[in-house]
Amino acid sequence: MFDFGIVTKWLDDLLNSVMPGWLTTTIECVLVAVGLLVAYSLIAMFYIFYERKVCGWIQCRLGPMRVGKWGLLQVFADVIKILQKELITLWNTDKFLFKLAPYLVLIASMLTFACLPWGKGLQVIDMNIGVFFIIAVSSIGVLGILLAGWSSNSKYTLIGAMRSGAQMVSYELSCGISILTMVCLAGTMSITGIVEAQQDGWFIFKGHLPAILAFIIYMIAANAENNRGPFDLPEAEHELTAGYHTEYSGIHFGFFYLAEYLNLFIVSGIATLLFLGGWMPLHIPGWEGFNHVMDYIPSVVWFLGKAFFITLIFFWIRWSFPRVRIDQMLALEWRYLMPIGLVNLVVMAIVVTQKWYFGA
Amino acid sequence: MESSIFGIQGTTMAITAALTGVLLVVGALVIAWLIGPRSYTKKKGEPFECGIPTRGDSMAQYHVGYYLFAILFLMFDVETVFLFPWASICKTIATTIGAKALLAVGTFLVILVLGLAYAWKKGALRWK
Repeated sequence: MFDFGIVTKWLDDLLNSVMPGWLTTTIECVLVAVGLLVAYSLIAMFYIFYERKVCGWIQCRLGPMRVGKWGLLQVFADVIKILQKELITLWNTDKFLFKLAPYLVLIASMLTFACLPWGKGLQVIDMNIGVFFIIAVSSIGVLGILLAGWSSNSKYTLIGAMRSGAQMVSYELSCGISILTMVCLAGTMSITGIVEAQQDGWFIFKGHLPAILAFIIYMIAANAENNRGPFDLPEAEHELTAGYHTEYSGIHFGFFYLAEYLNLFIVSGIATLLFLGGWMPLHIPGWEGFNHVMDYIPSVVWFLGKAFFITLIFFWIRWSFPRVRIDQMLALEWRYLMPIGLVNLVVMAIVVTQKWYFGA
Repeated sequence: MESSIFGIQGTTMAITAALTGVLLVVGALVIAWLIGPRSYTKKKGEPFECGIPTRGDSMAQYHVGYYLFAILFLMFDVETVFLFPWASICKTIATTIGAKALLAVGTFLVILVLGLAYAWKKGALRWK
């Protein structure tokens, strides 16, 4: 399996040999920033296109077809169009908070995006508290959404933001508990450590019933975290126009849209990392030939492939189920997912301490 | 501290990523400001309310139920902070401390679940 660490190390040594250390670090930071920016925009654009196509197919339509071959350039056209729109600030808005909100939302998604392990040695932020850092910074996004709704001085945005806040903080708990369950199995919080612990089998296969249960809880909670699918009441278009970003125009709205699709990629990425082995290839014990063939597929392809597959499930759920009511939404979290998640955590702890998991 | 890409510390990279986010917003806003049209009409600044004029201030009081769930969230979110260190060493302490470690965390969880059960019984988990 190709290790990107070799490339970055070579570049690091090369730069260090011709210039002082601080300049090397600066250049590397700039390189990483450019890489992040490009990857961020491309993934978001691809996801918008992906969602429109899948939505089209589920509804027996073709999806975007006009701009470019199979509508591939549609999203680029949309970006250019949205950039040309006027930025309107309304009367009586809290101008500072109104302008601050998109920054918070984008910073939160950019930080979590940088934590994802794209491939072997290809991970921007790698801390020893990795997963915990992801949970911590992704919460900043909720703040951005609440501020956006509050500062817009419109009733739709206020209701949208409050619903969104209640929903996102509630489901964050279930997300956290299922991540906790997997940390328990992995024995480490570092993202590299979690991926490497899955070398001989992905956690969803390794961890018995509690891992599968945690996966299901995580999928439901992540779907609600993103305000998507059956849980899209913060921006229920029949009741609230567009929810918390009703009053944002032009690219200001574009930021929220971008972050929403990026967050979809991020939750798929975290699901991949925790349950489906990150960039680890599929290995079946005993099938030597098969395992060697799988090793030839680059790690980036594995990671993106799994993430896109998880996303496909999210799309499928979104376009298949009707929207839930707010009381149903809160009851599902607090009366079902939360207690089940806590019991699941205890079961996982017993499984881990008794060494009942596979490959112990 | 483990090293991130290029062997740089994670904190430095986190700051870089955050600055990249800021840069993306600022860059796009500058482009939009340069090429976007600007017009001034009186009615434009009105909040969207399906065409009818707004009545009253929109930063108004809202349902207290949201507040209740925020409080509950606080309780359980802080609990996660306490559980993470335990979860990350759960595998190793099984051999050294054994069942005692499970018992300690079990007590903590039981107290938490009692809190949840109390809130449930009081009807705090029911949306009214």
